[in-house]
Amino acid sequence: MKALINWIDHRTGIRSLTKEALFENIPGGSRWRYVWGSTLTFALFVQFVTGVFLWMGYSASSGDAWESVNYIQNEMTGGWLLRGIHHWMAQAMPILLLLHLMQVLVDGAYKAPREVNFWFGVILLMLVLALSLTGYLLPWDQKGYWATKVATNLANLVPFIGPEIQKLVVGGTDYGHHTLTRFFALHAGVLPALIVLLVVGHIYLFRRHGITPAEPRKKKDAYFWPDQVFKDAVACLAVMATVLFFVIWYHGAHLSSPADPSEPFSAARPDWYFLYLFQFLKLPVFAGDKEIWGAIYIPSIFVGLICLMPFFGKWKVGHFFNVGVMFAFLGGAGALTYLAKHEDVSGPNSAVYLKALLDNERDARRAIELARHEGIETTALNLLKTDPKTQGPKLFAQHCASCHRYDGHDGLAHSLLDAKSLDDLKRRTSSLKRFASSDSVHPDWLARLKDSGNTNDWQTVQAILNANIEGVYEVIAGTKFKEAPSAPDLKGFASRQWIMELLKPEMYISNRFFGGTAHKDGDMYRRFLNRKVIKYDDEEKEMLKLVALALSAEAKLPLQVNTDKADEELIQQGVDHLIDDISCINCHAFQEPDPDVEGPDLTGYGSRQWIIEFVKNPEHEKFYPESNDRMPSFGKKNILTEKEIGLIADWIRDDYYKAPNSPITH
Amino acid sequence: MEDNEEINPDGSTVPKQDAVDEANSNVDSDIVREVPDEAAPSPLACRLSEVKVPSESEEGFTSEVDPGERRGFVKFLCVLIGGIVSAVPFGAGIWAYLNPLTRETEVGGDGFVKITSLDAIPADGTPAKFSVIADKEDAWNKFKNISVGAIYLRKEAGKVKALHTVCPHLGCFIDYRSGKNDFFCPCHNSNFKLDGSIVSGVSPRPMDPLKIEIRNKVEVWVKFQNFQPGHDHPIPLS
Repeated sequence: MKALINWIDHRTGIRSLTKEALFENIPGGSRWRYVWGSTLTFALFVQFVTGVFLWMGYSASSGDAWESVNYIQNEMTGGWLLRGIHHWMAQAMPILLLLHLMQVLVDGAYKAPREVNFWFGVILLMLVLALSLTGYLLPWDQKGYWATKVATNLANLVPFIGPEIQKLVVGGTDYGHHTLTRFFALHAGVLPALIVLLVVGHIYLFRRHGITPAEPRKKKDAYFWPDQVFKDAVACLAVMATVLFFVIWYHGAHLSSPADPSEPFSAARPDWYFLYLFQFLKLPVFAGDKEIWGAIYIPSIFVGLICLMPFFGKWKVGHFFNVGVMFAFLGGAGALTYLAKHEDVSGPNSAVYLKALLDNERDARRAIELARHEGIETTALNLLKTDPKTQGPKLFAQHCASCHRYDGHDGLAHSLLDAKSLDDLKRRTSSLKRFASSDSVHPDWLARLKDSGNTNDWQTVQAILNANIEGVYEVIAGTKFKEAPSAPDLKGFASRQWIMELLKPEMYISNRFFGGTAHKDGDMYRRFLNRKVIKYDDEEKEMLKLVALALSAEAKLPLQVNTDKADEELIQQGVDHLIDDISCINCHAFQEPDPDVEGPDLTGYGSRQWIIEFVKNPEHEKFYPESNDRMPSFGKKNILTEKEIGLIADWIRDDYYKAPNSPITH
Repeated sequence: MEDNEEINPDGSTVPKQDAVDEANSNVDSDIVREVPDEAAPSPLACRLSEVKVPSESEEGFTSEVDPGERRGFVKFLCVLIGGIVSAVPFGAGIWAYLNPLTRETEVGGDGFVKITSLDAIPADGTPAKFSVIADKEDAWNKFKNISVGAIYLRKEAGKVKALHTVCPHLGCFIDYRSGKNDFFCPCHNSNFKLDGSIVSGVSPRPMDPLKIEIRNKVEVWVKFQNFQPGHDHPIPLS
């Protein structure tokens, strides 16, 4: 072994190099405050290693980026760990950078003759922040997409050449493949190469001038090895342990839903260490054409000021000024960051922010489970766009919910599967109080909460969840309604229960069904429900029940397939009653067209085709040629395409893929 | 050995004094190096040959400051912790990198793919090449009905025979040469008869036959699979 080392040493001088590295003198001995430079080097090393391995699974194109990152995060063994370490180490770096910078400033290590090294450090700081900015976009999810758009739009403000700069950064006028390829080349090629060069220079200059000891010196001088190395190693271990804690706690790193230029994401924010800049721009003084001051001039002047600090540091008062400026900056940035966070979770627009988070979480989970179950043929976004469970509620809320309801809400209420998904949200927003007590909560849901005797806040939710930890909960709803419902609630439309409820006279004229429509004065109520059904004896009631079974079987609902098959005989009896004893066919066509009747055709009632035809044109002679109330002819007037109506129909019919459990393993 | 080095009695090398001096002269002359304590060596001192570098020690280095067992233990901890924290990113990376070894490829149904109809195959016994169109899972994508490969179909005494187009040698695409009426791999000049058997060349086995079924009287279905190259008998890739 010794001979081998000698052999190598003769040819490389490795021994003297190692000696040079290890036997750096440290005046005043090793100190914990000197560890930050080493932890940063370590963090960079971790980012290089994990970055290269991530590179092996990542595809930089707008149709593959989210898909490949999702594959790394949720399908590849150990992928979540790899991505998690890269993500959380990136979160640690700004903190380590700040600690390093403050140590250098406070101990005066930036003063002559170390000016150049200080500038190297400032450039490195900028480069690391550039790495964060470029890396944030790469997953091509809603969060990164919208946050980075804001950042690149700021480039537009640069005087004279702003639009050109933006075009070059983005790779065109709009975000697309070339935005990703350019960002990725910067993130994985240009910036790391520059950082390596500068770090080498930084360490060379540091060794050239030696360490600046923190006064007073408490101990004797010592070598870098092993005392300081030991302290550095322990600090690196602490950094790694902290990072791993977060990685395991969050099972990797969060991935929001695939980037969608047509879908707003009101909760898009830059990474937390840019939040103060984000908040800074909200200040009213930067309104209108003054924005350039907040976005470009003031930050540039500040960086320039930092670069001049070594010159001020020649005088004692200058040194105090420098340290004071940095602490003032930290205080200001900290306050702005707090304000930004605070506004998000408790400000006047917090409901919008929190709702956006919830909506996005729902889409993200759905995209992940669809990608796993159906596989991605084109893009993950396309999976979401053709998914009834995702699009149905959105279309319903926009086009139907002004009159109809879905289980009392506008279709967009959130059904969070379990307490864990709520805990996730709590972790990511650091507050859930607002979820249960703001405008983001649906009044119907709160009304349900009233039964528990406490409508106050999150504790109630928590209490309920703890009490029923196994159950399914509907928790947070969409928007509050301005008006009461004026058309039927379509949750469970055409199911047995829905039809049985409909056929109860008092229910028919309630708000849940036709109470808000002209139909409450129609023949169905006046001449059938209120005249006949109300007087039914038990035998007739039983017949009506069978009619409900028969009618519901027409819908061929996926949820009822098995029960319908089992009740085939009863359903046949129901069909007979529908035709003969109860005589629905006096007013409705059934099994064959009947131009003379006024009520809607009951053939295939509630089936996908029936719903589509009805929504397209409720005034069609099959439905309400005379007595349509206010329902628009969505298809005839081109308000909705047949595809969109189909998405709504499939959603109402519960006809879509349901994951057995959440694809995100926790 | 470099000119500016000299060998110590124990075999280790240290820079020659003049080389060190030259290096020192680069140091900024206006830095005043303080050496407050006699016992602590200056940063330059450690580069000089007086510093003992006993190669017997575990890591190869000791300093004169506070020798003893405690320092040995501290050094051991340095190496241990350094090893652990550096292993973490590599460990995670390698774990993810090895993913293909544990990932099983799904085979839908019985593995048979509809290729063509009987009438599309030449009646005179010449082979014809057909694309295999099937669903394909490719990492995060699941493509429906795309080309996954090609096969040769040939009628022989009223029966249809299927041969893989991939050479069993190293996986090149085998051509059908109509002039010579044989199969020929252009990469390493392997030559096959129409029934797939070897005429000449380096292929370790005949061309790979594929199972065939005629369904609904005219539909030609083939169990399409790929095989490992280089063996003397076909081993399916999975």
